[in-house]
Amino acid sequence: MSKKKESHKIVFNSEKEMPMAPMSLGSMLYNKTGAWRNIKPVIDLSRCIKCGICWKFCPDASIDIVDDWPQINYDYCKGCGICAEECPQKCIAMVEEEK
Amino acid sequence: MKKVIMGNHALSYGAMLSRAQVIAAYPITPQTQVVELLSEMCADGTLNAKFIKVESEHSAMAACLGASLAGARTFTATSAQGLALMHEMLHWAAGGRMPVVMGNINRALAPGWSIWTDQNDSLSERDTGWIQFYCSSNQEVLDTVIQAFKVSEKVMIPSMIVLDAFALSHTYEVVDIPAQDKVDAYLPPFNPPFRLTPDDPHAFGGLTSPDHYMELRYKLQKDMEKVPLLVEETGREYEKMFGRYLGQVDAYLCEDAEFVFVTSGTAGYTARVAVDELREKGIKAGNLRIKLFRPFPFEKVRSILSRVPKVAVLDRNISYGHHGIFYQEVKSAMFGEPVQPTIFGFIAGLGGRDITRDSFKEIAEYALSKDKAEEEIVWIGVKK
Repeated sequence: MSKKKESHKIVFNSEKEMPMAPMSLGSMLYNKTGAWRNIKPVIDLSRCIKCGICWKFCPDASIDIVDDWPQINYDYCKGCGICAEECPQKCIAMVEEEK
Repeated sequence: MKKVIMGNHALSYGAMLSRAQVIAAYPITPQTQVVELLSEMCADGTLNAKFIKVESEHSAMAACLGASLAGARTFTATSAQGLALMHEMLHWAAGGRMPVVMGNINRALAPGWSIWTDQNDSLSERDTGWIQFYCSSNQEVLDTVIQAFKVSEKVMIPSMIVLDAFALSHTYEVVDIPAQDKVDAYLPPFNPPFRLTPDDPHAFGGLTSPDHYMELRYKLQKDMEKVPLLVEETGREYEKMFGRYLGQVDAYLCEDAEFVFVTSGTAGYTARVAVDELREKGIKAGNLRIKLFRPFPFEKVRSILSRVPKVAVLDRNISYGHHGIFYQEVKSAMFGEPVQPTIFGFIAGLGGRDITRDSFKEIAEYALSKDKAEEEIVWIGVKK
């Protein structure tokens, strides 16, 4: 499994230091939500037709297209299974995560 | 340029002159012609804005929030049940500090179905953190849209411009439509302190632990407290440029008054006629029309009412099991003041029943003939 999630908890001491809106101070890249996953999508590329539907449907933008092929970013994929459901070839399997 | 336009279109022209960039709306009853005209302006190029048709008012406000967060000046309009459906998103707008400006036509809530005016729709959203302006003429509606963008974007708090169904929304009045270049000089482009952009990524509206939630709400309240002064300043600035002052309240003959109506919306205009009639009879009457309802203009209301012996608050709304809402608010503002007026609470005009000069005559007769209110709610015009 991926290395332990880094902790970035910040506690402000004064409201004056805080932004006015509920917002992160920067990008959320450090928050590797892949650790939440119980089942993971595995693509059988031999049956993939490179339609890009999984890439379009992924609600967390965790599927990249690399040289025309879909590639799942397991650092952030939460294992929701939408890609597997939408895949017209049914070539994405949701497999138990080993922890 | 002067035009004869309805209140709905006064909102549309206000949004157009403010150069709204995104307008999202759901186009069915209880929606009004506000967004109809705006959609035409977007279609023919009069207004360079993105018009987003959505599937509900909840989605309309959600689309406005996304656009506002991305840095666009954003406008929408709704009414009654539509506003109620937006409720969750209203909290998102204020809590997320997105300065959307919205027109709300005061229509009574169903059941029974009603398209006529009363204030329970907007007053049900009293505690969402929105600024609320209650208008009494089409001119005021148009002017206030422009002012509201200025105020909202300064403090990053959304504004609701409220006007009575039919009595303003579909009533035609002469409205002076300011020149675009002058409005541009008054209202600079929206430049928020933070925005949703790939160039500087932030996550918005995420999980906020008890370590910080309360501070965010403290900051919202502190900025809300700046609004009355800001309304004063921007209203004076508007007067300098356009000749019309836009204040927190509209006090009519209150200086020497011994009896003052507290009103809002179009009833606040009818009340002036009633004041004139009472003055002809030798009664020193006045009218305090509350325009800015949230934040409540405590200082203005206290300074005007603390020297008045008798006050009659007229509510076109009701908090069931309590009283009229303006009545509650005025009593709360006056509580603890060294000199306090005797305050009477009247409810009239629910569901669009007319509030006329005779309604005010009845109110005046009741209040002037009694030392104190014999009932917490005095109903005007109920067929008993």
